[in-house]
Amino acid sequence: MEIAMNYANKPSARYHVIHETHYDYGGMVSLSHQMLHLSPRACPWQQVHAQNCQVSPSPDWQRDSLDGFGNPVHWIGFETPHDQLWIKAEMDIEVFAHAPTFPLANSIAWDALQKRLCYQGKAPLPEDLEAKQFLFESTFVRIKHDFCDFGADCFTPGRPVLEAAQLLMGKIFNEFTFDPEATTVSTPVLEVLEKKRGVCQDFAHLMLACLRSQGIPARYMSGYLLTEPPPGQKRLIGADASHAWVAIYAPNEEGRENWVEFDPTNNLLPDTQHTTLSWGRDFNDVSPLRGIILGGSAHEPEVAVTVMPHDEWHPTPQSMRQAKLSSTKENNIHG
Amino acid sequence: MLKTLLSQYPAPDTASAPLYHELLTATGEIRPHWAPLIKQLAHTSHNQMRQQLEFLDRRIQENGVTYNVYADPTGSDRPWSLDPLPFILPADEWAKVEQAVAQRAKVINATLADLYGPQKLLSEGLIPPALVYGQHGFLWPCRGITPPGGHFLHIYAADLARSPDGRWWVIADRTQAPSGAGYALENRLAISRLFPELFRDQGVQHVAYFFRAIQESLAAWAPIEGDEQPHIVLLTPGPYNETYFEHAYLSRYLGFPLVEGQDLTVRGDTVYLKTLTGLKRVHVILRRQNDDYCDPLELRGDSALGVPGLVQAIRAKRVLVSNALGSGVMGSGALMGFLPGISQHLLGEDLLMPSVATWWCGEKPALDYALSHVDELVIKGAFPGQGFETVFGCNLDAESRKDIMQRMQARPHAYLAQEMVAPSQAPIWSRGQNNPHDAHRVLARSVGLRVYAVATPNGYLVMPGGLARVAGKSNEAFISMQRGGMSKDTWVLAEGAVDLSTLLKPSLTVKDLVYSGSNLTSRVVESLFWLGRYSERFDNTARFLRICLHRLNGGGNDPATELPLLLTLGDALEVLIPVEKVHEKEKNKEKALAKTSSLHTAPPPVEQRIQNRLLKSLYDPEFSGSLAADIRRAVWSATQVKERLSTDHWHSINSLQRPLQGLQKTGLTTRDAQTFLDQVMAVSSSLNGFTMDNMTRDDGWRFLVVGRRIERLVFLGSVLVHYLTLAAKQGQTSLEWLLELSDSIITYRSRYSRRPELLSTLALLVFDPDNPHSLVFQSQVIQRYLTRLGRVLVDMPTDGLRIAEEKLLTLELARFEARDGKISPKAYDDLAASLAELVQACQTLSNQLAMRYFTHVSDIGRQTLGT
Repeated sequence: MEIAMNYANKPSARYHVIHETHYDYGGMVSLSHQMLHLSPRACPWQQVHAQNCQVSPSPDWQRDSLDGFGNPVHWIGFETPHDQLWIKAEMDIEVFAHAPTFPLANSIAWDALQKRLCYQGKAPLPEDLEAKQFLFESTFVRIKHDFCDFGADCFTPGRPVLEAAQLLMGKIFNEFTFDPEATTVSTPVLEVLEKKRGVCQDFAHLMLACLRSQGIPARYMSGYLLTEPPPGQKRLIGADASHAWVAIYAPNEEGRENWVEFDPTNNLLPDTQHTTLSWGRDFNDVSPLRGIILGGSAHEPEVAVTVMPHDEWHPTPQSMRQAKLSSTKENNIHG
Repeated sequence: MLKTLLSQYPAPDTASAPLYHELLTATGEIRPHWAPLIKQLAHTSHNQMRQQLEFLDRRIQENGVTYNVYADPTGSDRPWSLDPLPFILPADEWAKVEQAVAQRAKVINATLADLYGPQKLLSEGLIPPALVYGQHGFLWPCRGITPPGGHFLHIYAADLARSPDGRWWVIADRTQAPSGAGYALENRLAISRLFPELFRDQGVQHVAYFFRAIQESLAAWAPIEGDEQPHIVLLTPGPYNETYFEHAYLSRYLGFPLVEGQDLTVRGDTVYLKTLTGLKRVHVILRRQNDDYCDPLELRGDSALGVPGLVQAIRAKRVLVSNALGSGVMGSGALMGFLPGISQHLLGEDLLMPSVATWWCGEKPALDYALSHVDELVIKGAFPGQGFETVFGCNLDAESRKDIMQRMQARPHAYLAQEMVAPSQAPIWSRGQNNPHDAHRVLARSVGLRVYAVATPNGYLVMPGGLARVAGKSNEAFISMQRGGMSKDTWVLAEGAVDLSTLLKPSLTVKDLVYSGSNLTSRVVESLFWLGRYSERFDNTARFLRICLHRLNGGGNDPATELPLLLTLGDALEVLIPVEKVHEKEKNKEKALAKTSSLHTAPPPVEQRIQNRLLKSLYDPEFSGSLAADIRRAVWSATQVKERLSTDHWHSINSLQRPLQGLQKTGLTTRDAQTFLDQVMAVSSSLNGFTMDNMTRDDGWRFLVVGRRIERLVFLGSVLVHYLTLAAKQGQTSLEWLLELSDSIITYRSRYSRRPELLSTLALLVFDPDNPHSLVFQSQVIQRYLTRLGRVLVDMPTDGLRIAEEKLLTLELARFEARDGKISPKAYDDLAASLAELVQACQTLSNQLAMRYFTHVSDIGRQTLGT
C-alpha cells in the first residue's frame, strides 16, 4: 500500500497493534459464520508494513473481499463442532499526520453545505455523491428533532461546518460521562442522549446523529488509539479496546482532504494517534467481528487490544491470550 | 329482471367529477364486453344464484383459502373474500396494459442493475441519492452483485387504477416479493367453474402459461453444474405470514418445495436444503420473505428468520434468489416521478403508462406544492419500512394537518405527496348482508387491478388477468383486503384462440415418476412425527374423559367402582388437572361470590366437584395436559405441514379449533362436553382414515405413523402398568372401561362373547398381534417402519424396543392363573415390570429419533458481536 505523496513528508508514528477476541461458547457450536472487519483499509495517510490474522480452530472455509464501503472483509465459516473461537489480528502500521493545519473557520458554512447537498435535478459533484452515502439514517444513527435540538447552539446560521463540529464535539465531551457500564453494543442512540453516558461507540453515534440530523454527511470511523500508561507504569498488554470516532464532510477548493476526523470521546482531532481500520455509516457496517452461531449458550467475548509504539514491540514474547491458548492449533488466514 | 338487477346501479356519485364505470358507458349503456355476463345474471334465478354462491363459499372454506390479518380479533385465519362477478377487460384494451406493464418491469430491472452496479443514474442526476442511500431497502452488502442471468426483478407487480377519463395509471410498484398471483389463480379456478359456459364462450385467456414461465425462467437461470437438475425452493417466513396460504398453494402448484429459513443452510458458498437424507444443494430460491430478513450475518442481525451466509453464496453466484436481494428499493413511491426520465435515459423510450402524479418533497418546488395542497393529497413516507402511516389529506383535522406539515418541512426528503385517485367503479354481486334491499342486485365499487409480469429469456411476460380488488363500501376510494375489501377474478378476453394449457395436471416426466421424496425437509419430518403423536394423544385424552363423564353419570356396568379407579389413573397419567388446582380456583371463586352475596353457599356435592374437574381437564388452556392443549399442539404441528395435507385432511383437524374456542368462552355443560368429545373422536377416526388412505407413503408418512404408534404404545402401556400396580390385585372390577379406552371392545366381543375378564383382556391388549390396539402390534409396526426407513437412513435405533418386546413375549399367560382360579400377585408384578420396560424403551426410541433427525432444526442461530 503506497502512501499518498502529500503525506510522505509529514511526521508519522508507527504502531504495532494486536487485537484478540476470544469466544468461550459454553457448549458445542455446530455451525458458525463470521464476518471480520479486522484488516486496515487503504487510506492516503496510513501505510501498512505488515499484517496477519490467526484463527483457531481452523475455519472450514474462508473468503476475502471488499464491502460496500470499500473496507476489506474476511468471511470465515466453521461446520466442525467447536466450543471456543480465538481470533488474533496483528498489524504493523504507520500513520502520517493528517489533522487540519488550517483554521477550522476556513471551511464551508454548514448551512451552505446542507443546501449544496439538496437534490438539484442535475448531476451532483462526484465527491458530494460519495458523501451522501453518509447523510441518512442507518441502523444505529437516527435522524430526529432531539438531535437537532441538542446541537442547535453549535449550528448557528453561517457558521463554518468544521467550527460547528468542533463545538459539538466539545459539548459532547463536556456533558457526557465515559461509563463502560452504562451501555451495550446495541444501546439506541436516543437512550445515550437521555443517559448522557456511554463509551466511544455511543459518542460517535451521537455525534453522527447530530450532524446528519442537520444535513451534514459524517462517517463512523473504526480503529485503534494509542493510550499512554500512567506515568511510571509499564504498558499493560491487552488493556486497550478498539476505538470509534467520526469524520465530517467539509468539501473545499484548496485540494485538501474533504473529510476531517473528530474524536468526541477525547475532544481532539485525530492526527497520528488514531489508526483507521474501516469506515461506514455506523458500528453495524464495520463491527470488527459479527457472526451467527448455532448451538453454544449465550456468552460475551473477551476482547483484548494492545496498541504500542512499534519500537517497543519485541516479536518474541507472546501476548497474554496467545500464551493461554498456546496449545491450540493456529491458522493464518491473511499473511 | 335486468331492471331490478341494476336498480341500485350505480350509486349516485359523491365525487366532484363523474367516475369511470367499467360496466356502463357515459350514456348508461352496458359496455359490450360485460353484456353476456349481465344477461346471464338476469336469467339466473335467486335460487340458482344462492346455490352457486354456496358452492363458492364451500370451495374457499374447503381449500383453506385464507388471508391472515395480524391482530384480527376473530382469529388469525380469515377466509379470503371473493366476489362472484369477474372483472372483464376487452382484448384491445388489455394489449395496451400488457405492453405498458412489461415495459415498466424492464425499466425497473435496468434501474436495479444500475443502482447495485455503476450507479450512473445517481452520478448523472436522474435519481436523487436520498431515494437510494436514504432507504433501508437499499442493501449495501448487495452492492456489486450481478445475479445469474443478469436479472434482478424476476417477478413484478403493478397496482393499477383507472381515472375518470378512462386511462389506466400505475398507483404502486411491487418489486420486493409481489404477492397475490396465487390468489389470482385460485380465484380463476373458482370463478371459471361458477360460469363455465360464459368462460368458454367469451374466450377468456388462460393464466397457466404465466406460471409455467416462472418455472422455466428460474430453471433456465439456475446456476447448475454439469448435469445437475435445477433444485428450486419457495422460501416462506412461515405460517404466520398474512399470505402463507398463497405460499403453500404456489409451492404445490409450481412444484417447488416450501421451505423456511432454518430449513436451509450455507456451507462455504453453497446453499443446501436440510433433508431427512442429508444436505441437498439448492440452486434457486423463490423468496416470499422480505430481503432484509434473508441473511442475519450481513443484513438485519436482529432476526432469526434468515439463512446466515446467503449473501455470500449469492455473491459467489452459486444461487439465484428471486427477486434479487435489494429489489425492494424500487417499491418507494417517491421514485415514480423519476421513472419517465430513467426510461428515456436507459431505454430511449417514453413510459407507456403514467404513474399517479407524485411529488417527492426532497425537491423544493415539490415540497411547496405539497404543503399548499395538503388537503387534496395523500402523504406517504418516501422510505417504506420506516414506519410512516399513509395520511389522507382530506381526513386531517387542523392539528394533525399542522403536525404533518411540520414534519414534511423538517425532513422533506422523507415524504412524498400523491394525487388522490378517483378509481373506476366495477360491478359486484350483493347478497344483501348490509342492506336487505340490495340482495340479488349488482352494486358499484371502486376497483383496482394488480397485474403481474415475469422475466423470461425473451423479455417480460405479463399474466393475462391479475388480482382485481374492490373497496368494502360504496363511494370508498381506498381499497384494502385488510379493511374489508373483496377480490375478483380478472377476465381478459382473447382476440384469437385461447391457450388452453394448465399446470394442474402437468404431464409427468420420468423424473417425476421416480420422485422418492428425498426432498423431505427435516422440519417437515419433525412436524409430521409430532402430528402423529399429538393427534393420537388427543384421541386418548378425549376417550379417557368421555369414559369418566359417562361413569360419572351412572353409565357402564359398575360406575361405583370404576369411577374412583379412573380418577386415580387420571392422576397417574397426568390427563386430569390436579385436585389442588381446581380447589384453588373454586375457592377464589367462592371468595368472590361471598363478597357479592350475603347468602351462605354450601360446598358443592362431590359429583359436582368431580364434574368440574373433568370439564377443566377438557378445556383449561393453562393445564398442559388438557385436551384443549393437546388439540392446540396437534393443530400447530399440522400448520407446519399444511401443504402436505389434503384440504379435507387439514379442514378436519382445523374443525376442532372453533368449537374449542366456543367452549372456553361460555360456561361448559356436561352435555356440551359430551357432544364435543364425540366430535373429537369422529375427527380423530377421520384423521386416521386420511392418513392411511390419502397420504403418499413416503418417509415423512412413515414418521407420522411411527409417531402415532409410539404415542399409543406409551399411553396404553402406562395405563396397564398403573392398573396392574394400583388396582388389579384388589380383586375384579368391571373391565369394560379398559376395553373402551383401548378401543378394543368390538374385538373382545367378537373373540370371547362374554363379560370381560382380566386374563383374556390382557391377552387381547398386550399380546394379540392381530389387534391393532395391542401393545405388541404397536411395537411390531414401529419396528417394521423404522426398518423400512433404515433403507435410506442408517442406524435406526430399534434394538431397545425389540429386546423389551422379546422379553415381554417370554411371559406366559398360563403362568398367571393360580390354583384358586385367581391370579398370582407375582405374575402381576412381572408383567407390570415388563410393560414398564417396554414403555421406557419406546420413550427412549422417540428421544433418539428426535436427537438424530430433528434437533438441528429447532436450533435457532444467535448473533455474536465482537468490538
